[in-house]
This record gives sequence, structure tokens and C-alpha cells, in this order.
Amino acid sequence: MCILVILEQRGAVRSCSLEAASTAKKVSEASGMPLHGLYIGASVDAVLPSLAGIGIETLYACEHEELRHYSNEQYVPILCGLAQDLGAKVIIGPASALGKELCASAAARLRAELIQDAVGLHWENGLKAEKPIYAGKVMSEVMLTATPAVVSLRPNVTPIERNGEALPQVVKRDRPQATLRSVIQEVVSELVGTIELTEAKIVVSGGRGIRGPEHWPVLQELCDALGAALGASRAAVDAGWIPASHQVGQTGKVVCPDLYIACGISGAIQHLAGMRTAKTVVAINNDPEAPIFKNCDYGIVGDLFEVVPILIGEVRKIRNGN
Amino acid sequence: MKIAVLVKRVPDTASVFTIREDGKTVDLSGLTFVMNPYDEHAVEEAIRLRDEVGGEVVIISAGPSECKDTIRSGLAMGADSGMHITGVEGLTARALAEVMAAGLKRLAPELVFAGKQAVDCDGSQVPERVAELLGMSHASCITKFVLEAGKALVEREVEGGCYRLCFELPALFTAQKGLNTPRYPTLPNIMKAKRKPIEELAASDLALDAASPAPGMAVERLSLPRQNRRCQILTGEAAEQVQLLVRALHEEEKVL
Repeated sequence: MCILVILEQRGAVRSCSLEAASTAKKVSEASGMPLHGLYIGASVDAVLPSLAGIGIETLYACEHEELRHYSNEQYVPILCGLAQDLGAKVIIGPASALGKELCASAAARLRAELIQDAVGLHWENGLKAEKPIYAGKVMSEVMLTATPAVVSLRPNVTPIERNGEALPQVVKRDRPQATLRSVIQEVVSELVGTIELTEAKIVVSGGRGIRGPEHWPVLQELCDALGAALGASRAAVDAGWIPASHQVGQTGKVVCPDLYIACGISGAIQHLAGMRTAKTVVAINNDPEAPIFKNCDYGIVGDLFEVVPILIGEVRKIRNGN
Repeated sequence: MKIAVLVKRVPDTASVFTIREDGKTVDLSGLTFVMNPYDEHAVEEAIRLRDEVGGEVVIISAGPSECKDTIRSGLAMGADSGMHITGVEGLTARALAEVMAAGLKRLAPELVFAGKQAVDCDGSQVPERVAELLGMSHASCITKFVLEAGKALVEREVEGGCYRLCFELPALFTAQKGLNTPRYPTLPNIMKAKRKPIEELAASDLALDAASPAPGMAVERLSLPRQNRRCQILTGEAAEQVQLLVRALHEEEKVL
């Protein structure tokens, strides 16, 4: 019996996995079951220091150069084999793109129930998850009764907590032999000095009010000043002004940054669904009747092409310590 | 080539929800229902592929009788036939996937498409479970699909990048927005869709390997998240407004 946390890595362990591990530690303490971790990748030594004080007792490591990048066919048997060997009662992973896929496949193979993208998880006479449904318009509290249960946790929602410097004990696992029916041809990173939307602490989004794709540099400059990721409304995506991967909303990404700045976004309900859990929301829009002003903390009614450049200047002053 | 598409009937994304008195279910009466937006991309991709390589597209949906309307929407886009599975009320994703996998097994498709998640319960798991149960390799959240020399070349989105992958068939893929632009059904195609066949199956008729598992989880409580936003509209000239804003973000909210 144990709690097992999946440590997704891209060279380093991803912060969404450290968040999941910190939540898993609380479940472990409340349930009295030990917390173990699973690392799948090229080198466990490279990631071990990042796990100091997280509270993982044993880190099971399946290392191989061919496991450097996620492969569903290889990762699923490793996870399911370990879960069965340990008799894991709860399996917790990050609700990242790959984390969700791995959890879904493993849940099917283990015939387990699964909650994806939970925003809260705790143990209180059993495992309870908080899961937004209808893109967060409704919050659901679910009791998971069957074991094992699998839960993936939304990035950026729960804190990373460390207590001391203790490192987990590493136990190596053999890689199961698999006949592969899929091949990775290339892993493309579009992240060169930019920040990923769902993990960003600050998001700046543009909508119809930016008037055309030629104006993104205005918002990009604000992003650069803030260290923010660039988002967009469905209107901007559907107009072909920016790739769909930037869309925030019910049919796009759900983000929960500390600060969300909506520029020229009216605030349709399907957009609000994607940024509802942002801690502070700022709206800049020239239409005082725009619904976004009823869903923001601070609103500026004005021309974003006038306001944003001033904002960039003020942000730089603060960031430069003036 | 036989291509199957899993679709779900969901409330329109503009819907506003209320919770029933039991505190555990959402009142869906009076809402407009549509095909799950991501599923439209799945249907579109399947139709394009069939038009390129020949074969047939079968739309599969599980749920109440109204799901047939959703299947018809897919048929109106150009799919060839439908499969409607009834008697799945109260099933969790675990059991539903087992039922849908049993339905798909009868069709023995070479390719299956689905949406990356349904925008009602955002479960994000039924297609992946179906693939696992049928022993199909799969990838979630694809933004590009090409069939080349009998193999599927796809791009799957991950945070900040993508994987380019090559799959042997049979395989299952879930569609992310950006994969394509779904077509609108034309009036003649809507009329034609009415005459296309939809096979009806009850979940209990589908020979499952083992009895459907009872739900291993239960909703304890639903709530409507409260929005406690300040709604403070800043005043003054643009420069003053921005200064007020930056001070508030820095000193009060401590997010700058």
C-alpha cells in the first residue's frame, strides 16, 4: 500500500510534478501510506537534487536513453508494473499534456477510476478530489472509493513545499521489453526564451480589440517586460491572427496565473471559463459596457494602444527597482 | 479504410448552469446542445482522409436518444453511417470506455479519431482508455495528421512545443483545435444525412469481456465558484490610471 507520484521530466523534473508530489505528500501523511515516486527518463542523477525535502521515500527510476522522451507504449507498462508491484492505492500525476495521456492509459490498464485536471486533492476518510467541470463554471467534489485511484493535478494551483533536505532513496527498475508501433521522429520545442501559457505566473491576452495580427508586438513587449506568456481570445484565434495554441477559454487553455491582463477582450463567458481561477485580473478595453469589467479586479476603460505602452514603461520602472 | 469517430453531445459553450436541489447534479433542462467542439475537428479529419484514400466514416456516440441528433450532425458533415449506444446512464468514464471499446471492436476500424476532451465534464480520458482497451497505439491532442505509405504521421501538442510521431495502424488520435477547420454542413448534405443508417445498440447487448465495473467514485457536492472580483474601474488620464494600476498590483496584490 502506498501513494505513487509520477515525476514527469524534461531533463529536469517539471514544476507541475513537484506540485503534484507536494500534494501527494499531504495525502500520504493524512492516509498513513508512504509516498513513493516514479522517474522515467535518461538520467535520475540529474534530477535527484530537485527532490530534496519533497518527502518522497523511495524513488523508483527507470533509466534508458530511449526513455528520454515520453513514449506512451513504453511509459504505460513501466507505470502500471510498478503500481501493481507496490500495491499503490493512489497514483498522482501532473495534468500536463503528457501527464494526462499517461494517467488515462494507465487507468484503463489498471481498470482504475481517474480524475483529470483536479485543482485540489486531500484525504479525509478516503480520497477526495476537487474537479472543475464545464470549464470551471461548476466545481465538483468527488469521493474516489475504488482502488487504485488515479488523479492528475492541474499545474500552478497547488504550491511546491519542502521540509528539510532529505533525498529519496533510489531504486532502479528494469525497462520492460516492448514491441513498439510508434516512433518519435522529432521533438520540437517552440520555447525559445518564452514562457508556456498554462504554467506562466503572468498571462497577457489579446482579443478582437488588438485589431489585427500586426499589433501583437505591442502585447509581446508587455509580456517581455512582465515575464508573461501571451494568450488570446477565441475571436483573435478564429480571425486567424494567432495559432490556436494561444487560445484561453473553454475550447482553449485553462490558465490560473497570479496576474491575468486582458487587452481588448470583451469577456464572453467561454473566455471567462479559461481564466476564472486567475488570482488577479486586469482588463483594458475601450468599451465600458464590456462584460470583462464585471469580471476583473482592476479595469481601465481606454485605448489599449495608448494604455499598454505606458504600462510597459511603468512595469520596467518597477522591475528595475525604481 | 474504415475510420471511426467518437463524438459526444454537450451543452453549448455559452451555457450558464444551475445546480439541482440534490446539490449533486447540474440542471441541463432548457440548454442548447451541440456536438462537442473538439469532436468536430475529429469528424472533419476523418472525412478529409476518406475523401483522399476512400473507405467509410462511422460516427459513434453513447448516451440518450438525443445523441442521434449529434450523430446526424456528423453525417451531415459527410460521414457515412452511425452507431448509437444506449443504456450508459450513470456509468463513469471507466465503464463507458469499456462499452465504447466493445462497440468499436465490432467495427474493427483502422483509424479512430475523437476530440481531445468533451467540454462538459472535461474528463479527458475516454478515447485514451478505448485505445488502451483495444490495444491500439495512440496520441492525444494532435494538430497535424498525414497518412503516408500506410502509416500515420502526426504532430501532438505538448506545453511549449510538439512531438512529431509516426504510427502503425490501427491507431487512435484525439484532435486539438488547430488540426483543421471543420466544415459547415450544406443543406443538401443535411437532407442526405436523414437517410444515412444509424445502428442502435444497447450497452447490455455488447458482449463485454467482464461485467462493467460499478462506479468507483461519487460526486459529493457541486458548487458554483464565486467570483469575488473587486471590479474597480480606475479613473483619470491614461497615465494616472496606469500608475494607480501598477501601484495596486505591486503593493496590494503583490503580483508585480
